[in-house]
Amino acid sequence: MSAGYVIPHEQIGEWKLPSRGLVGMTCLVIAESAIFIIFVVAYLFYTGKSLTGPTPRDVLETPWLASICLISSSITVHFAVHDLRLSRIRRFTSWLAATVVLGTIFIAATALEWYDLIYHRGLTISTNLFGTTFYSLVGLHGSHVIVGLLMLGLTLLFALMGKVNVHHAERLEVISIYWHFVDAVWIVVFTVVYVVGR
Amino acid sequence: MATQTQIRVNPALQRGWLDHVQDWVTTVDHKKIGLMYIAYALFFLVIAGVEAILMRIQLLVPNNTFVSPQVFNRLFTMHGTTMVFFVGMPILFGFGNYLVPLMIGARDMAFPRLNAFSFWIAAFGGLLLYFSYFAGSGLYGAGTAPDVGWFAYAPLTARVFSPGHSTDYWTLSILISGIGSIGTALNIVATTLCMRCPGMKLSRMPLLVWLYLVTSGLVFVTISPLTAAQIMLCIDRYLGGHFFDTQAGGSAVLWMHFFWIFGHPEVYILVLPAFAFANEIIPVFSRKAIFGYPAMVAASVGIGFVSLSVWAHHMFTVGMGAGPNAFFTFSTMVISVPTGIKIFNWLATLWGGNIHFTTPMKFAIGFLFQFLVAGLTGIMLSVSPFDWQLGNSYFVVAHFHYVLVGAILFMIFAAFYYWYPKMTGRMLSDKLGSWHFWLFLIGFHLTFDFMHVPGILGMPRRIYTYEADRGWEIWNIIVSSGAVFQAVATLIFVWNMIVSYFKGEKAGPDPWDAWTLEWATSSPPPSYNFATLPTVESRRPLWDRKHPEEPDAQYE
Amino acid sequence: MLFSPEMLAGRRLIRSGDDFLAPWLVRHFSRPLRQAASIFDSSSTSIFSPQATPAHSIFSLSVLVLSICGTIFLVVAGLLLFTLIRYRHRRGYTQREPAQIYGSTQIELSWTVLPILIVVVLFLATARVIFVTQTAAKPSNALDVTVIGHQFWWEYRYPKLGIVTANELHIPVSDAKQPTPTYLTMSSADTDHSFWVPRLAGKLDLIPNKVNTMWIDPEKAGLYLGQCAQYCGTQHAKMLLRVYADSPADFAAWVAHQQKTATQESLVSAGRAVFEGNACVNCHTISGTSAHGTFGPNLSHLASRDTIASGSVPNNAQNLRAFIDDPAQFKPGVLMPAMHLNDHDLDAVTQYLRTLR
Repeated sequence: MSAGYVIPHEQIGEWKLPSRGLVGMTCLVIAESAIFIIFVVAYLFYTGKSLTGPTPRDVLETPWLASICLISSSITVHFAVHDLRLSRIRRFTSWLAATVVLGTIFIAATALEWYDLIYHRGLTISTNLFGTTFYSLVGLHGSHVIVGLLMLGLTLLFALMGKVNVHHAERLEVISIYWHFVDAVWIVVFTVVYVVGR
Repeated sequence: MATQTQIRVNPALQRGWLDHVQDWVTTVDHKKIGLMYIAYALFFLVIAGVEAILMRIQLLVPNNTFVSPQVFNRLFTMHGTTMVFFVGMPILFGFGNYLVPLMIGARDMAFPRLNAFSFWIAAFGGLLLYFSYFAGSGLYGAGTAPDVGWFAYAPLTARVFSPGHSTDYWTLSILISGIGSIGTALNIVATTLCMRCPGMKLSRMPLLVWLYLVTSGLVFVTISPLTAAQIMLCIDRYLGGHFFDTQAGGSAVLWMHFFWIFGHPEVYILVLPAFAFANEIIPVFSRKAIFGYPAMVAASVGIGFVSLSVWAHHMFTVGMGAGPNAFFTFSTMVISVPTGIKIFNWLATLWGGNIHFTTPMKFAIGFLFQFLVAGLTGIMLSVSPFDWQLGNSYFVVAHFHYVLVGAILFMIFAAFYYWYPKMTGRMLSDKLGSWHFWLFLIGFHLTFDFMHVPGILGMPRRIYTYEADRGWEIWNIIVSSGAVFQAVATLIFVWNMIVSYFKGEKAGPDPWDAWTLEWATSSPPPSYNFATLPTVESRRPLWDRKHPEEPDAQYE
Repeated sequence: MLFSPEMLAGRRLIRSGDDFLAPWLVRHFSRPLRQAASIFDSSSTSIFSPQATPAHSIFSLSVLVLSICGTIFLVVAGLLLFTLIRYRHRRGYTQREPAQIYGSTQIELSWTVLPILIVVVLFLATARVIFVTQTAAKPSNALDVTVIGHQFWWEYRYPKLGIVTANELHIPVSDAKQPTPTYLTMSSADTDHSFWVPRLAGKLDLIPNKVNTMWIDPEKAGLYLGQCAQYCGTQHAKMLLRVYADSPADFAAWVAHQQKTATQESLVSAGRAVFEGNACVNCHTISGTSAHGTFGPNLSHLASRDTIASGSVPNNAQNLRAFIDDPAQFKPGVLMPAMHLNDHDLDAVTQYLRTLR
């Protein structure tokens, strides 16, 4: 009996289970949301509690262009997945390229904003509570954008090398869930930092 | 084309010990990773146990000078941190890794490589924590371990109050092990949802798998806040941030909230797997199906949700208003309802059964009594005015050790006796198991029953010594003496595991006449688990096979 | 009686359904409980020998909670024990397996509802004590004391009386008929601490950047002990609390004495010169001298205290001299540095400090 019991194998109708990639990414999104919630709570808790200046009203400018770029990249990545599923590789590649470009514009805009804040407006992470919470929340989000861009950029590279086909649609969808999540988080961060926090 | 006869084993290529090491280091097999988790947790269990014994020697008599206050403070910090993050979590993840795929009839976890990564990064976290003993002071001089306590209240962790790098080691090791925990939890959820064998509906999963699903879900929403808080602490300590810097308007209370939003559900992350073991072991040795399977699932999920709303009962003494105090009193009391359901359902499972007092069952019964007491002292502590007296006293220390040792560790021991045959193919010695059980039981009750008393007499926790005139001496002597019994019992247990590995009775695939799928394969299982993937029609597939005349499926 | 009007000293009672149950339990259970608790009386810090209203109300509540929890334990553990004995495996068991029972909605419902009812009762009783203690109206004749926690000592300021002292808190006894409770306003200068004198009240934390308040009203004159209950650093263990409840006359005398400027005897002017000529003045205050430091305890009336080093050793010449020489020998990790004075200076400054009555 070294093989143990053999359970009789019977036919049990259709047995379908969810895709592990999607489930895994959903779990990651839940865990990441919890991290962001804590940072958002800290930001809101410390709003207006800085002992010294500068205040958000003094130095922050609403990043409309960057926000529009990032939000639209959510739409372009959606079309990229859609086209890959239909095996329209050329259209998929262009949508993916557009996503990467839009994401890069967002990161570049954030970099310029930070440069301006640090060198011209005298706000660093150690200036006051606002600086600490601002750079950590926006920075945490920015680092997620960078990770997303790396994944999308790598996919784009493979696509340009002609190595991506319809069988990879589910994997791209997993990445796109992450990217949608990053966008959704930006809507929250944007509201908290540039609307409520000011 | 080479024929079979031409293949010869070159003697130089025979497997040496290095090949074995390579096998284990590079493995992605869930069973090997599970065993490595368990081994690593046992290693730290011994270390943290030694730390506990050193503390008990120091507290044996008042004004003792066995260790200095600095050393004592490091001991309790390291003991707590190690036991929670590098014993509790890995040992439970170890069993989960080993058992979940087997019990749902899968051949591996959903993400085997992520599984290996999670283990190694968590293991690295533990080593990093202990490396602080050599490097904790950085360039200041000799090494020191962190001494901020396992919940590391701000602003004690600020650079001003904790210079050097010892606190950084604490933060970073927990941050890193947290990443490993989230990885493993993600893996368990994906495995449970996506890898079940045909017929294994959610409503037919063994309760153990259900509880691991709930625990893993809790990991996402609790370890993450801790990770966030540790990132903030790192920003404070390295980049000059002010999150918990009270000099710059930061809040010490915010850290407490963030920590306990993690810290309390963490208790449930640790105790739910213990419930999981009980759910498998108690029915098998009562020879009955678990009583009220749907209620058990609902209670587990309920505990998961309610546990997210009770964190501030750790903060009754920080001066919250009457409203929040009342709210957290209520939510904490409410959690006793689903917990009560579990205890009563176990009782009903025993009722009318044919109870076999095997070693795993003995530990499980110890668990039932002790968890009952721990729950009741928990209710006392949830009464916030009572907590104003008892909070941060030895009563609290006794209470949570009743949970962590009396309930969780007892169930972990039970799990060892129950699944060791599956993991190794050999039974653990029953005789040594009895010695282990009774000695540990005596030691446990000497230590932790009597530990409640000095708390009632006003002895706060975390003091390296105490005054002679407070009437605490006799209790501390009893408490310390219990530690000796527990230490001896643990040595017997370790000895049992070593001896039985080589000389234990052969187990066979199903030594306990049990009902879940892990017993349907050989012991130890082959790397592919099942030659053919099983198909199930009820919660107890092996019962159906052994009792074709009245299969479970008819009654569920 | 639980929460008698006298005990609450005229504060509003919140009435609720357990008004009957709680006094009944106290009447029938508090005697045996107290007798059992008499083994606890050997301790000067037992939470079961309350001497002030907050500690009393907690004690009464704890009697209720303990009796409910005790009953639950007896019932469930008894049932469990019975089951284990009754249904143990016996030799000669002939059935292959016992009858399989998968559950019963009615039974499960009953052991869901019953705990809910118990929880509701416990919660109502608890909520009452929370609100009575935390929202008690402050009488106009209450004494105000500001408590500031330091690593590893206590600073007490009496803002209306102009007194600053350390480690030994003097407050008046509170007469039940004319209560004179003491309201403590608490904060911390560095890390978190917790003020816990078990026989007077539950603990409350001292947290930097946060102000907490609590009140105590000792019934009897005497010394009440306690200690810091929140880990605050290396010397957390020796951050002891001493609360002296004085009779009204004694308290008035103590106040009058503390309000005086520190004595300046010419005999010990050498010691005073040593004190003022060293780093002592950076951290300590002695009224009437150039010492205005606030980092360490105020020493204006040091010699009037019974203990030094935050209550850890008796205040006598020998201990004081040793403490100044190297404080870490009593409290390793203490923030006061070893002053390394020569023997002559050490004697002089000890003599000087001994005169600060």
